[in-house]
Amino acid sequence: GSRPPVLGTRESTTSSHTTPPPPPPKVDGFTRKSVRKAQRQKRSQGSSQFRSQCSQPELHPLPQLKDATSNEQQELFCQKLQQCCILFDFMDSVSDLKSKEIKRATLNELVEYVSTNRGVIVESAYSDIVKMISANIFRTLPPSDNPDFDPEEDEPTLEASWPHIQLVYEFFLRFLESPDFQPSIAKRYIDQKFVQQLLELFDSEDPRERDFLKTVLHRIYGKFLGLRAFIRKQINNIFLRFIYETEHFNGVAELLEILGSIINGFALPLKAEHKQFLMKVLIPMHTAKGLALFHAQLAYCVVQFLEKDTTLTEPVIRGLLKFWPKTCSQKEVMFLGEIEEILDVIEPTQFKKIEEPLFKQISKCVSSSHFQVAERALYFWNNEYILSLIEENIDKILPIMFGSLYKISKEHWNPTIVALVYNVLKTLMEMNGKLFDDLTSSYKAERQREKKKELEREELWKKLEELKLKKALEKQNSAYNMHSILSNTNDG
Amino acid sequence: MNPCPYFFLLGKGHGGSFRLLSPSVFWSSDLQLRKRGPGGGPHLLCRYSVPGLRLPPSSGLSPAYQGAGRGQGAGRGQGAQRAAVTRRRRKNMAGAAGPATGSGAAGGDGDDSLYPIAVLIDELRNEDVQLRLNSIKKLSTIALALGVERTRTELLPFLTDTIYDEDEVLLALAEQLGNFTGLVGGPDFAHCLLPPLESLATVEETVVRDKAVESLRQISQEHTPVALEAHFVPLVKRLASGDWFTSRTSACGLFSVCYPRASIAVKGEIRQYFRSLCSDDTPMVRRAAASKLGEFAKVLELDSVKSEIVPLFTNLASDEQDSVRLLAVEACVSIAQLLSQDDIEALVMPTLRQAAEDKSWRVRYMVADKFSELQKAVGPKITLNDLIPAFQNLLKDCEAEVRAAAAHKVKELCENLPMEGRETMIMNQILPYIKCPEVRLNIISNLDCVNEVIGIRQLSQSLLPAIVELAEDAKWRVRLAIIEYMPLLAGQLGVEFFDEKLNSLCMAWLVDHVYAIREAATNNLMKLVQKFGTEWAQNTIVPKVLVMANDPNYLHRMTTLFCINALSEACGQEITTKQMLPIVLKMAGDQVANVRFNVAKSLQKIGPILDTNALQEEVKPVLQKLGQDEDMDVKYFAQEAISAVAQRLRKLDFPVKDSEEPSAPGADKNHFLRPRGPGEDTGKAQRDRVARVASKEAAETAQFRGPGTAKGPAYQLHVNTRDTLPQLDTAEIVLFLPKHRLISRI
Repeated sequence: GSRPPVLGTRESTTSSHTTPPPPPPKVDGFTRKSVRKAQRQKRSQGSSQFRSQCSQPELHPLPQLKDATSNEQQELFCQKLQQCCILFDFMDSVSDLKSKEIKRATLNELVEYVSTNRGVIVESAYSDIVKMISANIFRTLPPSDNPDFDPEEDEPTLEASWPHIQLVYEFFLRFLESPDFQPSIAKRYIDQKFVQQLLELFDSEDPRERDFLKTVLHRIYGKFLGLRAFIRKQINNIFLRFIYETEHFNGVAELLEILGSIINGFALPLKAEHKQFLMKVLIPMHTAKGLALFHAQLAYCVVQFLEKDTTLTEPVIRGLLKFWPKTCSQKEVMFLGEIEEILDVIEPTQFKKIEEPLFKQISKCVSSSHFQVAERALYFWNNEYILSLIEENIDKILPIMFGSLYKISKEHWNPTIVALVYNVLKTLMEMNGKLFDDLTSSYKAERQREKKKELEREELWKKLEELKLKKALEKQNSAYNMHSILSNTNDG
Repeated sequence: MNPCPYFFLLGKGHGGSFRLLSPSVFWSSDLQLRKRGPGGGPHLLCRYSVPGLRLPPSSGLSPAYQGAGRGQGAGRGQGAQRAAVTRRRRKNMAGAAGPATGSGAAGGDGDDSLYPIAVLIDELRNEDVQLRLNSIKKLSTIALALGVERTRTELLPFLTDTIYDEDEVLLALAEQLGNFTGLVGGPDFAHCLLPPLESLATVEETVVRDKAVESLRQISQEHTPVALEAHFVPLVKRLASGDWFTSRTSACGLFSVCYPRASIAVKGEIRQYFRSLCSDDTPMVRRAAASKLGEFAKVLELDSVKSEIVPLFTNLASDEQDSVRLLAVEACVSIAQLLSQDDIEALVMPTLRQAAEDKSWRVRYMVADKFSELQKAVGPKITLNDLIPAFQNLLKDCEAEVRAAAAHKVKELCENLPMEGRETMIMNQILPYIKCPEVRLNIISNLDCVNEVIGIRQLSQSLLPAIVELAEDAKWRVRLAIIEYMPLLAGQLGVEFFDEKLNSLCMAWLVDHVYAIREAATNNLMKLVQKFGTEWAQNTIVPKVLVMANDPNYLHRMTTLFCINALSEACGQEITTKQMLPIVLKMAGDQVANVRFNVAKSLQKIGPILDTNALQEEVKPVLQKLGQDEDMDVKYFAQEAISAVAQRLRKLDFPVKDSEEPSAPGADKNHFLRPRGPGEDTGKAQRDRVARVASKEAAETAQFRGPGTAKGPAYQLHVNTRDTLPQLDTAEIVLFLPKHRLISRI
């Protein structure tokens, strides 16, 4: 589904509720931008579930749990859970104030109750507990307020019903972490469908909610062995949809963070499923537009994989090279950062396998006219381990790097880069002076040969055009001949 | 499952025979060859390694590579002929020093002409993506040069084997192959194109895959029914049972093109495959299937539609993922078109009703978005009973997106209602539900159409609050949108209603804080005058505009000038001379230079409307005074205006023919008449920008210094930037300097 066009504004509907005081009159009669910005309310949104404004039943406070006798407590606990299933419209900030307050107090009490008392999570309560949680947190997320929401620039839209939802998440966590909690009973309620809905909530624009979800999902993954494969598969699907279909999902960073810790615990040898996840999901994820938002977590996951199984190094690096950013310098810097992280843990044998394509790319980065890219690439030479790897393979690497280093030492616009390049050249020279001298003396000839090749290529393209023309001409001629033969026979 | 993606693209064992190399061999041989030496060396060797094309001697290759490569080809029956060709080629090439110099080496038998082709194919493996891309884009040339047979036996296997590349290149390849049928020898050989396209249809990148499917669909039409069953259908089946989701997704788009021409038995199989994809456990595949459901239904027999498609539709429409459900709504249109009224009621409507009330707004949005199509597909009776109530709900949906989508459909919905009872239905069942501003803006944009159906009076009552609200919206683009509807509204509502309700809005926009709004408001006034006539202008607009000439804010004073520029022509000579001109002349004494040079510009603009007397007696002296101004911009524009006015005076005194017109620059007669485009006066934009920056700073410094000094510091900060670059730099600096330094500097 493509994004629906938004002509009207949501603010215009909400601002009718509370009219801000008019700004003080000014000399020029124009409101200033800062003033206008302040007029815009703190944005928040509801949960898209109040379709018809049917009036909510008013809540009546129940007696406190701590005042009830232990016999009544269980009964009262369930009553309170049921009471908390009733939802309120927080977009309307004046409706049901009393009932909202009662629900808030009750939720607080429930959180307190399950975290301080032992033996209160009995088998019969599970159903009500999960029902209360589902009723509150599972909802269709509303359309984004800002269709071109840029998570880096724009303020996120916050969930309006947070005062209640936060407590429900709080309660959910205490429930999961309680020593009385028994996954074997809970799995009847916390099933695949439940997890599926939970995962969809990760698209919430509200970072507070995503943070809770992250912890919740992590606990569920830890406690429900039967759901693990399912959770991984669904995350897989979310990521694939994100990469290839929508390019939009707010919770990528959080999901990756969870995966980071999951990967850490993978048993060796890695299953094919996990390798496939790395190569077909995590690596293509580098192509996403908003990479900056989750790159740290993504790179962490990738490095975790490589620490588990070093033989994955070659395909991973080749994958990164395939998706190397062509126009986005910011992303290029991120890629270089990730490459350095990988090189930090690479085995020398693996390094040998990828040194050639990798250093061809690094050589391109070093000569980037964007100085941040060039600088980031040149910083590799400050890394002791990378230096040792380069030194071991100097015969291969120096010829690849030499051309661009030599060139930019002469013509890069940025003095810092030129200074860095001189240092790098010096380091390389110390590693193999003889090869360095050879390359220096053959540099010019090499350039000329390249130029000649370029010319030859142009020549070839020209020839090709001629060839095409010739073919077309031949075709025409043969058609003409056919025609004349035919007409001749007709004449005869 | 092979973990490595490079191998994935190659490694799908389809057919098997042309998968000659294991991918690892492919890679290692490639790298080895590149390592051979610097310069031209590796490329030449690479060329030899092109498995399909053994043009030069095969020295640089491992025997295994060669043997495996072509042994298969011989097995396919064209061996003898090809061997002969190769022998001949080798003989020729043996005489030459080698391919690097070989381009000049004689031939005469035409083989030499293939040399560029060899290099082109070599370039398909160049390190530089751009070069590979260039080469791929010339693929048809390569094929043409090779001839149909060698294209089939050598080029296509080569392409199939080497499909691992950047998506950009693959996209170009997928596109090229769709038009390749002629180049492989016509429809009889179209199936030769399937292997490379099959690989492309399994690629991860959606764009590439979609293009491959598009090309496959194109090629399927060129297959004979026999070839279709022998080659195309098996391909669809392979894709449909592929183990990675990409191939199954691609398969979804191919069912409908091969179904109509398949035999009954095969048809059954095809339906079976489609059914299983509809319940695939990957949502991506279900989405692809759902999006092709309607298309597939259309080529099916009616019985199968009822017995098979409808259950699939029902399932997809209740999928756990809303992204799948919403696609089912689309399919609903096609399915309903195929069924009788009774069947629609029994088989489709329950699902559609459910979709209109779906808990996900995306699904409801889809229903709203497809409403007209649905209305047509289900017919008038069901529309009345079911769709109208559903539409009412969509119009008051809790999400603005859904409401807006529904509002877009109001017009078509009304048009498609049966004539009988149309008006009452609209009045009673649709209008009362139109409440929110988003909806109203959309209705306003369709006002003329709605007006054709019902009277404007009733509508205007319910629209007015919306118009007022939108006119003051916080987003200037919304305000701009509503301004643009003003002339339309004015035309529909009539002058009385307009004066009463909307006039004040139009005047308020003239002092908007966004320039674009002030500009649009100015143009709006001109259009209104054109509509309502000069008398109306004289009574209602002009006085209000002229009052602004005394505003303490110089931007408002300039707005007066802009309005006069826009209105003078529409208002005619009398009003311009009697009412506007005195104000303009008075403003020539303004303390802000920006106002003064705009006075000069205005005088130049309204000059053609004035009579000679006024020009001579009133305009000229003022311009001459401005010509002596201390500010160089004012001087410049005054000079320009003076020469234009002088030119006009001369012309009025001694009418001359066009051909005798002096063509001195600056004295061009067009100077008067031709309105200047934004790009023509390059100095203007810069000046305006600087002026705005300067005035903003001025306003802020004014506040900073306290109310006592607030008046009139703007002109102190006015920056001259005409034409000279250093001065422009000053203007740029203004943006970055801190305030106190700015003041001392300028």
